[in-house]
Amino acid sequence: MDDRRLESIIGQLLRAGVLVAAATVLIGGALYLAGHHAEPASYHTFHAAGSNIRSLSGIAIGVAHGDSVAIMQLGLLLLVLTPIARVVTAVVGFLLERDLMYAVISAIVLAILMFSLVHAS
Amino acid sequence: MVFVLSALAGFLGALTGLGGGVVVVPALTLALGVDMKYAIGASLVSVIATSSGAASAYVREGFSNIRIGMFLEIATTVGAVAGAFLAGRFSTHALAIVFGLVLLQSAYHSFKGLAVHPEIQECDKLATRLRLGGDYPVDGERRKYGVCNVPGGFATMFGAGALSGLLGIGSGAVKVIAMDSIMRIPFKVSTTTSNFMIGVTAAASAGLYLERGYIDPRVAMPVMLGVLLGALTGAKVLVHAPVKALRIVFGVVILALAVEMIVNGISGKV
Repeated sequence: MDDRRLESIIGQLLRAGVLVAAATVLIGGALYLAGHHAEPASYHTFHAAGSNIRSLSGIAIGVAHGDSVAIMQLGLLLLVLTPIARVVTAVVGFLLERDLMYAVISAIVLAILMFSLVHAS
Repeated sequence: MVFVLSALAGFLGALTGLGGGVVVVPALTLALGVDMKYAIGASLVSVIATSSGAASAYVREGFSNIRIGMFLEIATTVGAVAGAFLAGRFSTHALAIVFGLVLLQSAYHSFKGLAVHPEIQECDKLATRLRLGGDYPVDGERRKYGVCNVPGGFATMFGAGALSGLLGIGSGAVKVIAMDSIMRIPFKVSTTTSNFMIGVTAAASAGLYLERGYIDPRVAMPVMLGVLLGALTGAKVLVHAPVKALRIVFGVVILALAVEMIVNGISGKV
């Protein structure tokens, strides 16, 4: 394992992540448009998104019921996870490079990310 | 309409290292009248899409410096968490004006930095110990570069993270300036490393925004798909684009948006 190889792995991981996320959002979006095309959309004033798609469990239940909005939200969630997966890969990659300093630096970044995500839910 | 504007946002975001947020927020609020809070949610999504989409190319091409990126992300993620906690306590008018002032300051720095400074070798012991220096492709060969003023860059990155959490933008502008002007890193390495970092900064605050209901998939869906397409195209263009042109694009984009956001924030239209 060296820097070039780690860069190549991270690059491929990011590409795979965004493609899976985009495909999921696209499927949810197609289902949504098929079912709601007649509804006028209004986003001029803010009403917080439905509580059912504001938590992991809510999104999971919605997806299991085939709810198109929940499927789109799952895709967005997968997108949010790509940078996090990339930090995890960096921790492992730097460990394999026996670069302890950067493994620790990456682990600190991961810990802060986890704090912010866990704190939110 | 949303898709086309978002594709433009992703294209410019990938070229400048700013993320799509600087275009997406004004496009949604000013052109389409969407509430600032939805716009900020969609913008966070667009920043992550630009970052992951374009970074997949930049990292493999050897432009982004993953050591610089990871090290500075400690500062940006802490800042982002702090900023996100404060965000619910500001009105959207104040947010828009703050956003505009941030952009105005960035534009000024961009034009001021047009004089290309010579490439430098290591000038900071901390940078040497952290092995932050690297090399990047110029005309088919790899050119070495060094890194200066690590503490100053680190502190500025904390500020960049806080702005990101407050405003839902990747605050790539501040990141690019920190690396380009303060740490004296080559412009293309600065923008692509900023691009690499903004996704992580945005992800740090995305959890809080998701919970607050700012991320509505019906607004974010076309934005995400458009931005992704634009970012992948932008990443292809950057590789061969001359640095001077990239700096001008960077400056012009943020100057125009700064003026718009400040005017609309003051007149209460946002």
